[in-house]
Amino acid sequence: MSTKELDFGEHAARGEWWLRYAAPQAFFPLAGRLIPYFVVLAVVFAACGLYLGFFVAPTDFQQGEAYRIIFLHVPAAWMSMFLYVVMALWGALGFVLNTRLSGMMASAIAPTGALFTFIALWTGALWGKPTWGTWWVWDARLTSELILLFLYVGFIALKASIDDPRRADRAGAVLALVGVVNVPIIYFSVQWWNTLHQGASVSLTRSPSMATTMLWGMLLMALAAWMYAIAVCLARVRLIIREREREMAWMRELGGGE
Amino acid sequence: MNWGSVDGFFHMGGYGLFVWGSYGVGLLCIALEVIALRMRARRLARTAGGEA
Repeated sequence: MSTKELDFGEHAARGEWWLRYAAPQAFFPLAGRLIPYFVVLAVVFAACGLYLGFFVAPTDFQQGEAYRIIFLHVPAAWMSMFLYVVMALWGALGFVLNTRLSGMMASAIAPTGALFTFIALWTGALWGKPTWGTWWVWDARLTSELILLFLYVGFIALKASIDDPRRADRAGAVLALVGVVNVPIIYFSVQWWNTLHQGASVSLTRSPSMATTMLWGMLLMALAAWMYAIAVCLARVRLIIREREREMAWMRELGGGE
Repeated sequence: MNWGSVDGFFHMGGYGLFVWGSYGVGLLCIALEVIALRMRARRLARTAGGEA
């Protein structure tokens, strides 16, 4: 343990109050206090989103009721990409600031990112069968999303295979940063290559290509996915902190974080 | 309101298997993740208790 990491008085004196929360011992109780709020928000957003999606949004004139998979599929796909970028950013931050928390945050995000990637692929297959006539095609969008799943799994496996946590953090950060090139490939794949997959449902540069109630249902489900991911990642990072820092004085004083 | 009856809701215009297969597995994934976190916490509490 280097003294540099623990010298928070110095940071505070320089007005860098936010760096206080880069320390596991300061972040640990903060995360614990925040989790219930994100859980409640996730449940409320999901309830509203599912109500809009199933009871208010009209039947699609082309796809019938099969399109209702969109309310899970698109938010899951967005989260799968977004979480990967956040994971890579924590990795980069760990390189620059050499903070212990960065690697723990990246580790905490990976399983949830992999979960959303799996849900996006699974719901995509169940949506593809009735609309395209096939569960799977090796086209750019689907293949690059599958690679994203492999990147998450590779990241988790690589970290698990290195005994020294700080070395594992650095190795994982390299993998996460190299793999981040895949995210724009997924996102733009529907423009760059011919694909069965439809184009973006929502874009910043033009009006959405869907009914307003469908759009709202989808956005609420996306918010729910966001809140859920934050809650679960905070819960997991607290466990990682407890596992890694159990020998440290501050954690012993907390009684193992109970 | 889109559905005349409960049956109609579960039938999903003939796409019930696909729609509920999606949401069912999605829910299952979330449940498994939460259970895994609970088990990890319990494991940790056991070992931490043993050391203290």
